[in-house]
Amino acid sequence: MSWFLRNWDQVAIALWEHVTISLTALSIAFVLSLAIGIVAARNERFYAAALAVAGFLYTIPTLAFLALLIPVVGLGRTNAIIAMVAFSLLILIRNVAIGIRNVPAEVVDAARGMGMSAAQILARVELPLALPIIVAGLRVAAVTVISVTVVAAYVNAGGLGTLIFNGIAGDHPPKIWAGALAACALAVSVDLALSAVERSLRRARA
Amino acid sequence: MLAEAWHYLTTHLAQFATAFGVHVAISASALALAALIAIPAGIAVARRAGAALAAINAANIGRTLPSLAVLALVMPILGTGFTPALVALTLLALPPILTNTIAGIIGVERDIVDAARGMGMTPREIRDRVELPIATPVIFAGLRTAAVQVVSGAVLAAFIGGGGLGDFITAGIAMMAVPLLLVGAIPVTLLSLATDFLFGMLERRLTPRGMRAK
Repeated sequence: MSWFLRNWDQVAIALWEHVTISLTALSIAFVLSLAIGIVAARNERFYAAALAVAGFLYTIPTLAFLALLIPVVGLGRTNAIIAMVAFSLLILIRNVAIGIRNVPAEVVDAARGMGMSAAQILARVELPLALPIIVAGLRVAAVTVISVTVVAAYVNAGGLGTLIFNGIAGDHPPKIWAGALAACALAVSVDLALSAVERSLRRARA
Repeated sequence: MLAEAWHYLTTHLAQFATAFGVHVAISASALALAALIAIPAGIAVARRAGAALAAINAANIGRTLPSLAVLALVMPILGTGFTPALVALTLLALPPILTNTIAGIIGVERDIVDAARGMGMTPREIRDRVELPIATPVIFAGLRTAAVQVVSGAVLAAFIGGGGLGDFITAGIAMMAVPLLLVGAIPVTLLSLATDFLFGMLERRLTPRGMRAK
């Protein structure tokens, strides 16, 4: 505790790095998955293929993935972000596609009957109705990304994992505690915050 | 690069076999321990609404905790080596098994349970001969998730001296020796894929015949 009080600025910087890396990866993964998921919602074979590839990527152990990227992109933040995007695709693509598919056919028909174009139906009917499921996917993806970021400190990406690794290397438990507990607190609070968003969206739709 | 990795592997076969053995042993023991704890616990709380909700909420929080953070937190308490890593990996495997056991049993239709009761089955018979067989595929899906997570988490055990294939990866990264890290990364990826495949097959095999998708 006293170590934390003397070095809170160090923890704050690591936390800030952790949040920025995670957010960058999550944004890239979200944009990619939105595009893939929209196509996959309408094409069964593309859906199956996309999920097979994303499922394969998801099964690769985190540290192995980061290591396998070293010969390609070397150490650092790019490496970590590629790995995190790869790990988030499965859940995000699946939820975008399922969310769009769950929109009742009558609703889409009604929108078409009102003279909406396909793009308008997507933007004003399908995506808004799919939002609770998409947010549910974002929540799982966010937690995954935060978790991967902890490990990514080992390939010099920065973040809270740095404190853990320095603590282990220097046999300095307070550093380990600070890094690990801050990472847990970050993951749990992001999970709770996004689940609150999800609940309020569902209530608004009900 | 691959040729160098292959060369390293063939010249350090004993070392590789040990690491591979430790990896499989630590993963299998963690999964078995977690199943021994989480399945009975799930069965015990599933039919009590309050307890089931509390257990699911606890499992959800457990699920969000970063694997490496859990491994790191165990270290200052239990030290380094195989046992602390085993404890951490068991903790990581609990939530998916617990959640799926509860969900599997709650998912059994009320009508089926009522019919069993009407046939004169005791609560114990209902549990063993109706609820558990129907819940088995869902419980197995939880075991599958946990198994893949444990194989992946066991790579991180190298950081707290737990051994396993992660040792090659961490040494490879530390020395920036790509062939060395491949000796760890490629087999562990294959191990993870094989685990997922194996449990997927078991999951289908254990689905009662009447419930299988045509």
